[in-house]
Amino acid sequence: MTLAPDLRRVLTIAGKDLAIERRAKANFNAVVFLAATMLLLFGFALGPDAAALRAAAAGVLWLTVLFSGSLAFNRSYQTELEEGALETLLLYPGSRKSIFAGKLLANLVFILMVEAILVPMAAVLYGLSFGDGLGGVALALVLGTIGFVTMGTFYAAMASRLRAREVLLPLLLFPMLVPLLVAAVEVTAAFMGQSPFAPTGRWLTLMAAYDVVFLLATMGAYDFVIDD
Amino acid sequence: MDTADAINLTGVARRFGRRWALRGITMRASAGESLMLLGRNGSGKTTLLRVLSTSLAPTRGAGTVLGHALGRSADRIRPLVAWLGHDPGLYGDLTGVENLRFSERMRRPIDGSATRDGRIAGALERVDLAAAGDERTRGYSAGMKRRLALARVLLAEPRLLLLDEPYASFDESGIQLVNEVVRAMREAGGCVVVATHDRERSAEVATRALRLEDGLLYDDELGAVSSRSAVPGVYA
Amino acid sequence: MTEATDTRPVATRGAPQAQSGRLALWGVVVLLALIAAQVYGLLESPPDRDMGHLQKIMYVHVPSAWSAFVAFLVVFVASIAYLWTGRARHDLIAASAAEVGALLTALTLALGSIWGRPTWGVWWTWDPRLTSTAVLLVVFVGYLALRAFTDDFERRARWSAVVGILGFLNVPVVYLSVRWWRTIHQVQSAPSTVDTTFAWGLRVNAVAFLLLMIYFVRERYRVASMEHLLEATIEERELRGSHGV
Repeated sequence: MTLAPDLRRVLTIAGKDLAIERRAKANFNAVVFLAATMLLLFGFALGPDAAALRAAAAGVLWLTVLFSGSLAFNRSYQTELEEGALETLLLYPGSRKSIFAGKLLANLVFILMVEAILVPMAAVLYGLSFGDGLGGVALALVLGTIGFVTMGTFYAAMASRLRAREVLLPLLLFPMLVPLLVAAVEVTAAFMGQSPFAPTGRWLTLMAAYDVVFLLATMGAYDFVIDD
Repeated sequence: MDTADAINLTGVARRFGRRWALRGITMRASAGESLMLLGRNGSGKTTLLRVLSTSLAPTRGAGTVLGHALGRSADRIRPLVAWLGHDPGLYGDLTGVENLRFSERMRRPIDGSATRDGRIAGALERVDLAAAGDERTRGYSAGMKRRLALARVLLAEPRLLLLDEPYASFDESGIQLVNEVVRAMREAGGCVVVATHDRERSAEVATRALRLEDGLLYDDELGAVSSRSAVPGVYA
Repeated sequence: MTEATDTRPVATRGAPQAQSGRLALWGVVVLLALIAAQVYGLLESPPDRDMGHLQKIMYVHVPSAWSAFVAFLVVFVASIAYLWTGRARHDLIAASAAEVGALLTALTLALGSIWGRPTWGVWWTWDPRLTSTAVLLVVFVGYLALRAFTDDFERRARWSAVVGILGFLNVPVVYLSVRWWRTIHQVQSAPSTVDTTFAWGLRVNAVAFLLLMIYFVRERYRVASMEHLLEATIEERELRGSHGV
């Protein structure tokens, strides 16, 4: 009975966050351009050898997603802190978990949109051809991004309210993402034809399990970090 | 439950780091009252309002708001309380109407959009912002932002209204608007607490005056009646 | 009473000062155990057939890894206990164990590196256990950094408890993923797979390190609870004293 109103609240918050992002396009554009710049820089760092670039492409793509995407999370709380909106937000009726779920949803849409631009860009720059693997790469992106955004939205709820937020968020977030990064890079490389015999099923299972475990754990713990 | 006090605090203290913002507040207020809360900067006015709003849990002491225990039953208090703080709590990239729509959707997720938009239009009319409703609030003046925040509070139809320095950055008509809202709330059987420096303006609508001094509450008319004995264990 | 967090002084069961005598005794026992373990390891057990005396780094490397893991288990359990009860002492125990765990993890990595250089010819290898240990270290460095940057006591306790729990949950996942990622790895160093004298060297050291870890955590906890008691005393005075009671 209380679930339906809270579900509506989740959508309300996600819609509000996305509307703000849409109005302030500058943020999305900046993240996309930063990501594009990183793809270029990785290319320069790895050298012009086409085969070497292709071999490293999956890792480069995921690191670019993680580094550029992590900028979005603190911002998602920054808009709440600007004019004291967070305090008002916390006083609405209903479960505070709907705040987490709403922000998670908005960040998910945001990062997936960045990826939708990033992946074709990487394909061009690194000479990738997905062929049959396109569906697999998309699946890896979605599973990996769910886990990434879950953790990012959760840790930013703490980091964004501290003085050292720029350093603290990556310091807390990135070590937690190691299994996800390993799995995502392996699967993406496999579907891009780099390692045809890789056990992709096992990796996808690991990512799905990671997503479920940490989605439940962060949902359960959110009340402890958002409350004062 | 309707017969319960609107506010009933016993020895409520709140600490920030090492500093005690509240040192033991004991107070009662009933429906239909409008309290004027006076006190210097840093005397604990905002902290007291935030404790009443449930956004801060008391470090010590206990209390009920509208019959529900602070801390344990905060979830039951939240739907009944509205709070207007120093900051208007708006999103600059949304328009005035969108800000109110967000708030209403959070408060009443089940309402139909026609009902909602009708109520919002009425509230904007009341705070004299109907013309600016479709502008982004980033462009609003400080006074306009406060008016919009007041509209949000009106729409909430709370049973306990908490206003923190509501007269700040308002012109004469804004001040009158605040007092109209307070009067209407009181007449509708709600309870209002106004933290302010503006004794004169607040006195027009207040039924009782309290004064906070260094985290302790005094009855303003009767002078220094300390509530310190309410701190658990002081004289025990 | 509301559910306001219990902030009464921690030391309700005997003042921390009173514990210091027992702890000092414990410290002497730990020191003797460590000396005995090293004497046994260095003098009694024979050098390894392939690695010679180099093998003896294992006597300290493996036990320090084990006891670090036990320390993080303490963080995990104490963090859950804090969120459950809201008692300050659980937070102080978790923080103490996290500091000691981070120290032992760093020691483990340094010793592993010293051992790895002559054995494998490299200071570092992407072995699953080594890599998971490194991730564990970074997670708990993050935990300690979060504590350092959070001023309010209750907030620090709540937030770091959550970070400690999630960080600990992550360990098996990291281990699994790195193991799949790199399946070439050493046989587990457990007493069952090695020579009897070596096993005894490990066991004796494991006990000594465990005692050492417990000693450090208790000593750190004693200091932390004294600090907390001091804070609480100052708080009391602030709350009451300045008004001329």
